[in-house]
Amino acid sequence: MTCFTTLTSKIVPLPVDNVDTDQIIPARFLKVTDKAGLGDNLFADWRYDAEGNPKPDFVLNRPEMKGRQVLLVGDNFGCGSSREHAPWALTGYGFRAVISTSFADIFRNNALKNRLLPVIVDKPTHQQLFSLCEEAPDFEVTIDLAAQTLTLPDGRAVGFPIDAFSKACLLNGVDEIGYVLRMTDQILAFEAAHHK
Amino acid sequence: MNDRPRTLFEKIWDAHVVAQEPDSPAVLYIDLHLVHEVTSPQAFEGLRCRGLKVRRPDRTFATLDHGIPTHDRRLPIVDEMARKQIEMMERNAAENGITLYGIKTGADKQGIVHVIGPELGLTQPGMTIVCGDSHTATHGAFGALGFGIGTSEVEMVLATQCLLQRKPKTMNVRIDGALKPGVTAKDIILGLIAKYGVGAGTGYVFEYTGEAIRRLSMEERMTICNMSIEGGSRAGMIAPDDTTFEWMAGREFAPKGADWDRALAYWRTLPTDEGARYDAEISLDAGALEPMITYGTNPGMGMPITGRVPDPDQVGDPAHKAALQKALAYMGLRPNQPLLGHPVDVVFIGSCTNSRISDLREAARLLKGRKVKEGLRVMVVPGSAQVKRQAEREGLHEIFLAAGAEWREPGCSMCIAMNGDQLEPGQYAISTSNRNFEGRQGKGGRTFLASPLTAAASAITGVITDARTLLQ
Ligand code: SF4
Repeated sequence: MTCFTTLTSKIVPLPVDNVDTDQIIPARFLKVTDKAGLGDNLFADWRYDAEGNPKPDFVLNRPEMKGRQVLLVGDNFGCGSSREHAPWALTGYGFRAVISTSFADIFRNNALKNRLLPVIVDKPTHQQLFSLCEEAPDFEVTIDLAAQTLTLPDGRAVGFPIDAFSKACLLNGVDEIGYVLRMTDQILAFEAAHHK
Repeated sequence: MNDRPRTLFEKIWDAHVVAQEPDSPAVLYIDLHLVHEVTSPQAFEGLRCRGLKVRRPDRTFATLDHGIPTHDRRLPIVDEMARKQIEMMERNAAENGITLYGIKTGADKQGIVHVIGPELGLTQPGMTIVCGDSHTATHGAFGALGFGIGTSEVEMVLATQCLLQRKPKTMNVRIDGALKPGVTAKDIILGLIAKYGVGAGTGYVFEYTGEAIRRLSMEERMTICNMSIEGGSRAGMIAPDDTTFEWMAGREFAPKGADWDRALAYWRTLPTDEGARYDAEISLDAGALEPMITYGTNPGMGMPITGRVPDPDQVGDPAHKAALQKALAYMGLRPNQPLLGHPVDVVFIGSCTNSRISDLREAARLLKGRKVKEGLRVMVVPGSAQVKRQAEREGLHEIFLAAGAEWREPGCSMCIAMNGDQLEPGQYAISTSNRNFEGRQGKGGRTFLASPLTAAASAITGVITDARTLLQ
């Protein structure tokens, strides 16, 4: 399993609050039985017109955005459904981190399990990042997971929270299912005592 | 240790922790795992790659709901991808010995996962219940801890019957007062989310308390818990009481005889103890509520049906202002415009929020002896095969058909619009479902969320209508 350590990238800004999972990947693309190809349909209804052509004004379609691995979004990103297709579409497209002030709980879990790092920043930093995207859109940020910092172009390193277990899993590429499978004895003992 | 007063949530959590290593999430035991065709294929594939089988097929139940057509089930499924997904669910269930309520097996009990769990008595107080679906919060109406999980977590539960979980915080959601006539449980939850927003519950489990909640039927409680996720909370719970036990008694998987008595004694210990502390508290006066409707593109953009669409110019916060402008542009609505009298193209009565027998009875009460407006498409989609049969026993389908509505086979249908039931771009729908996101009911479609009463009233007039004007 691949690890996440540090990442330096330019930013794709999407200044929309409450982006829901139906926008990230509309339900009609959930009929897949594997994970491949979802990146092509990331933000499909904002990204393509009725004929399926890219809309030039949508941020992902601007040529200079190609290859950027960090997405900057408004508050409460990923609300809505539990579909893991949302992080699959984001990572399939090439994103490795998303910056917001807050993430919906299920989305955050799903992202972490797919090595897509949710980076939570405070409101002033969030606003500063969006302003920078307007003033100097080609700046880079560096995300250092071990140090839990996001470094801005002015050199300021802002901390972000992540629980110790998820961090260790990302840094070391831990297989969470393997971790629980090793507890089979405890699970058996629990089941024997569980009264229902 | 257990003398400290605890909340309903804490009691269930404590009873399910298998292991808790320092600096790690708890390993939480899962009593009931519900599975559907859309979020499970990659999980079963992962299991296969590990050379594993489902650990507890007896605690795992599957249905077909999201992608299944709601037309005559004898017709072939034309959508090749949907057909493949359904066939994979059939194969995965058969290979692992999981009961599947589908087309070829268990069709008499098939339905939307959150409708059939309670209906079959699978959902019980004190349980931990998960499903690869965010509306698993519904099951909390029984005093269970039910929450949605992603596909990686589905794989983990299939493999281990456990989940790695960080303990969420608790929020007491106090709903007092008595509903006025024509105001329903759906209006309580829409009113709550309109008041506190779609992110209020992030990181919390809601427990709904207060006299208004105690007075509700089980089906009304399910409607409220169902939409906890729209308030940002992964789980919403209501303490079990006699209403709960009466609803459950005699259901297929409910305990029987001495087992029932034992279970009942345990269930009665579950409600939150006097003096137990929540991490936060919010409240709502049910008595002050009017029927609610949404005007925007998230469930928090709601207002009393007699109100006017808010004006972005009156909104101070620039992000909120931009969000409102964007929503109104998508919805094709003007600031300060009333919604009463606004035309609709489609009326959708269904979804895990409002497709139970009581919802259909409410809608039928209004539609009886009346006709739906000419040119309007009205879909009534029962939540399960059992709901459908019950409705037909009561003759409700005849009321719907005589009125000019469609009477469909059970499934998610136009709630998520992935089975061919969908809006055309630009069409307006009034829907009893739970999400009004852009394109949720079909690309370019525009959704007003409301109660079954409001939906039925609007079906008659073809415009958004206050059901109270037709109920007199
Ligand atoms: S009815 Fe709608 S919300 Fe409920 S499970 Fe189906 S798709 Fe999800």
